Amino acid sequence: MAGTAAQTLQRGPLSRRAGSRPGALGRWSLRGGAFLYLGLFVLLPVAAILERGFGNGLTNLTEALTSFGAWNAIRLTMTMALLTAIINGAFGTLLAYVLVRIRFPGRELLSAVVDLPFAIPSLVAGVMLVALYGPSSVVGGWFEDHGLQIIFAPPGILLALLFVTLPLVVRSVQPVLAELDREEEEAAHTLGAGGWTTFRKVVFPALRPAIAAGALLAFSRSLGEFGAVVFVAGNIPNETLTAPVFITQLINPSNYGGTGGPDQAAAVSALLFGFAFALVLVTEKLVSRPSEGHSA
Amino acid sequence: MSAPVPEQAQVAPTGNRATPTRRRSAHARRARLVRALLVALALAYVLVLVLLPLAGITYYALKSGLGTIGETFSQPDVLHAFYLTAVIMVVAVVVTGTFGIIVALVLARDRFPGKLLVSALVDLPLAVSPVIVGLMAVLLFGRGGWFEPFFAAQGIQIIFALPSMILVTIFISIPFVIREVAPVLEELGMEEEQAAWTLGASKLQTFFRVTLPNIRWGLLYGMALSSARAIGEVGAVLVVSGLLQGRTETATLYVFRAFEQYQDDQGYIVALTLAAFSILLLIGIETFKRKSLKAAN
Repeated sequence: MAGTAAQTLQRGPLSRRAGSRPGALGRWSLRGGAFLYLGLFVLLPVAAILERGFGNGLTNLTEALTSFGAWNAIRLTMTMALLTAIINGAFGTLLAYVLVRIRFPGRELLSAVVDLPFAIPSLVAGVMLVALYGPSSVVGGWFEDHGLQIIFAPPGILLALLFVTLPLVVRSVQPVLAELDREEEEAAHTLGAGGWTTFRKVVFPALRPAIAAGALLAFSRSLGEFGAVVFVAGNIPNETLTAPVFITQLINPSNYGGTGGPDQAAAVSALLFGFAFALVLVTEKLVSRPSEGHSA
Repeated sequence: MSAPVPEQAQVAPTGNRATPTRRRSAHARRARLVRALLVALALAYVLVLVLLPLAGITYYALKSGLGTIGETFSQPDVLHAFYLTAVIMVVAVVVTGTFGIIVALVLARDRFPGKLLVSALVDLPLAVSPVIVGLMAVLLFGRGGWFEPFFAAQGIQIIFALPSMILVTIFISIPFVIREVAPVLEELGMEEEQAAWTLGASKLQTFFRVTLPNIRWGLLYGMALSSARAIGEVGAVLVVSGLLQGRTETATLYVFRAFEQYQDDQGYIVALTLAAFSILLLIGIETFKRKSLKAAN
């Protein structure tokens, strides 16, 4: 804080209050810019959803939830999101372990491939999955002959969600694993614990918050995913119609011969979105705790 | 960096017939096997989920032949779709980049009641389904929307036109720059800036000469992530665009319509082009991320 004192001296006592940090004017213009930006772009649209959805009580919500295929869309979305979180929780942890702890040729390449879903448009991800696992391809045809339809069926939805959320658990676990003190593991090893026991008793407990955070993010991302899913799901009401696709149909009911409208869509959106937002906030808590521990 | 225990065991003198050594080398062999298995399992997962599908799309796009590829890229609809995607991406990245720096400065350096709320608002777009983002724009600017009378009176078309497509893309890209720049700013502290002020530099000079160079890799990383998101957005844009062929159709929406109309070849070709571009972007993302991490340490 030596700079602060020097600055105050230089400018004299009159500007003491404004002198030390960026002046009050600068601070308030920054704040003003930030608040205006977030207020207009984030808060206002959310307010619109709430007002239009619940402006006349719960009527819109009940109408939305009783329309054709609503409950099954929500159930399917929840199930798929849960499976995605579990599967990518496990494989994401494995990938993070392999990337951090094992040296092998092509490690950098594998790390880049894990990030690929961040870069690839989700709709293109859907097209990729159809190209490989669709009924007209060799692989998809083989599975179909053996009684398993992948594309235009729930397994396709699951694959799309796994693709889109692949980086989340890996990137959440990786830094924690890299920071982890290896002495404890070596101690466990010396005491005769096998690799699996060491992982289960020493490594896994330390990674648990990071795995949970990544899996929760994957879950909430899966609840809302549209681009990849709409392409592979087939969108058959009560069978492969997910909640986000259901909402698009609710916005323009005339296109799909259903009932509803933007207000009904707003009500059911508010519900889903409140749930997903709560999950993201919980995740932030999980992530911020260990990092605070490190900086302390 | 300490070498893993099994490797040390392997280096232990061989030829010595004592039992402990032999047991240890057997142990090392097993550890190596387990590690090879773990790598194989990880590779298999990525292969099934990402790499083989990528090969699949490449095969179908190239199978149709050079003629079809040339024909696809001479279609005005396709060219316009790519043009629209580029415009939306540039505007969204510039807006979220500029305002992102401002919000990051406030989050990293300012203290005020309700700061947690602001930080939560920044994360909010990560939680919202793109479809819901599109719905928000419809509720604000569509028929019966809050601002519809105002813009209708001015004769400005928002929904089913470019402005709403840009607005929803900005909403979706908001968190990326802020999430990457704020931690870098926190890590850096204010010493260098204070030194610059003490030496008589103005606030703007300090920002462009000191702050911006310090955060540049984090900023570029965030902007690359935003670009990827902006190019790939489909749900929100689908809802607000009205899907007017050749007018409000972005590259991803073109792919969507191509397959709906059984023009699979064109769909695969445009999809592969988008994928190729995102792989280029990924190389940028990886480079910027590494530099940003290095700069922070």
